[in-house]
Amino acid sequence: MISRARQDLDARTRPGPGFKGLTVLLAPALAIVLVLFGGGLALGVMQAMGYLPGAGLGRLGFQHFAQVLTDPDFATSFALTFYVAGVSTAIAAGLSILAALGLASLRSRWVHFIFQIPLTVPHLVVAVAMLFLLAPAGLLSRGAVALGLIAGPADFPLLINDNWGIGIILVYVWKEIPFITLMILAVLRNSGRELLDVGRTLKAGPWQRFRHITLPIIFPALAAASLIVFAFTFGAFEVPYLLGRTYPMTLPVWAYKHYSDIDLLARPEGIAAGIVIALVVATAVVLAQMLTRAARKKGMVL
Amino acid sequence: MKACRYRLTGLAVVLAVGLPFVPLVLWALADRWFFPALWPQSFGLRAWTYITSTAGVQVLAAVGQSMAVAAITAVIAVAMAVPAGRALGLYEFKGKDLVSILLTLPVIVPPLCVAMGLHLWFIRLGLAETLGGVIGVHLTFSLPYAIFVLWGVFANYNPDFEDQARSLGASRFRVITRVMLPMILPGISVAALFAFLLSWSQYLSTLIIGGGRVMTLPVLLFALMGSGDRPVAAAVSLVFVTPALVALFFSARYLGARSLAGVR
Repeated sequence: MISRARQDLDARTRPGPGFKGLTVLLAPALAIVLVLFGGGLALGVMQAMGYLPGAGLGRLGFQHFAQVLTDPDFATSFALTFYVAGVSTAIAAGLSILAALGLASLRSRWVHFIFQIPLTVPHLVVAVAMLFLLAPAGLLSRGAVALGLIAGPADFPLLINDNWGIGIILVYVWKEIPFITLMILAVLRNSGRELLDVGRTLKAGPWQRFRHITLPIIFPALAAASLIVFAFTFGAFEVPYLLGRTYPMTLPVWAYKHYSDIDLLARPEGIAAGIVIALVVATAVVLAQMLTRAARKKGMVL
Repeated sequence: MKACRYRLTGLAVVLAVGLPFVPLVLWALADRWFFPALWPQSFGLRAWTYITSTAGVQVLAAVGQSMAVAAITAVIAVAMAVPAGRALGLYEFKGKDLVSILLTLPVIVPPLCVAMGLHLWFIRLGLAETLGGVIGVHLTFSLPYAIFVLWGVFANYNPDFEDQARSLGASRFRVITRVMLPMILPGISVAALFAFLLSWSQYLSTLIIGGGRVMTLPVLLFALMGSGDRPVAAAVSLVFVTPALVALFFSARYLGARSLAGVR
């Protein structure tokens, strides 16, 4: 990634293996992705449009999509999901800027290693841990009792299965900070040193240097990473399923609930909601890619 | 002054990362821990005895199934990702950006959407409720992920070494096994570790395609959370998190930005 510009140069000047060679190398992997991922989504769309095996394709239509989109619960779920994903991303992005500035000149390999731990810890484990930490009888509540702040679990503010999705947001913030931070750090390490020195000789204060030098440099990476995080949190299931309220549910939980309903007629609606999620996520991913490409075209190292 | 600031940053990182693990470890080692005690009244290995003896068969079977699914997924993913990563890392060609987007989407689009679509088709193919079906749906995101890791690996790979071996009379097969594979082995290990990890952490798509028959560790953990036995849930969580820490330990240095986006 650091030497990406150079790599692409190498790749451009290298004689290629020809169309046939490329096909042989790429075909097996692309075939699997196209058949299983593309096919899965395509079959999903067909089922959401009313396709049932054996019933023929004659009655395809958008009635299930219409039903989902006009369902008042769908709008509530969509808003909740957007809120949770948006707030998680915004908080994670803000803290990541601070973390990146703090870690940029820190050389300790141990601190960097520990900082990356949340990257690989499964969401489910973090959700369980947050439950033990934040529940009314959780560790924080016990700490508050020990400090004499509250009398019992009933006095502890509701942080799990609450109206504001606080537990869910905390899990995502904890999980996603290292990802955004590492994306920013990669940019910070490669550029900006000299510019900051120039800024210093021109008597720019710390805030001015941050606002006019650092922020513009890290912005494309920050925005692209944030979009990816937003996309991921928008479509994730485990954490809101475990830490969210039963009503309103986030969109992925809503989709799965409909899909697994005993009433088989709810199934196409669940899949239709799933397709809506996929569309939102795909839009964010494509936007992130476009941002990265535009930044690279301007000569930025990403 | 500066050293002091570094120490504070380090301390903040350790505390923030470590905090969620505190209740997990305490609960896993607590025999009795009633509210409002801040510290367990008595420590013991009840949870661990339970998951190794009473529920041992169930937990062991779940670990085994998780391992089998994740290992097979990782092997297939890497076997296909090596040639694909080579094509993407070494050569520039038309449509590369399209391939890049095509591979990014499955990594980020939730497997929920794909699994719901595939389910019906898998039922008809007899793949539902089988390990094979679950591996198939896990491949949809593990394979593109492995490709991104190996794309990065091959971007830094110098194929001139292969020419030298060839000019010394090495056969095509020997060039691959004696030159290419040894050179990219660290990259292959990282790709395999993380393909394994993505599959290992997967809950919902396993539940949909496996239909509760393929009982992997996360599926079991969800069931345990419902039962409300906190020490046991904490102990299983710690078992569940171990491969994640191992994978990170062995590969922290090799991860590039592209590969980071997909670690979930």
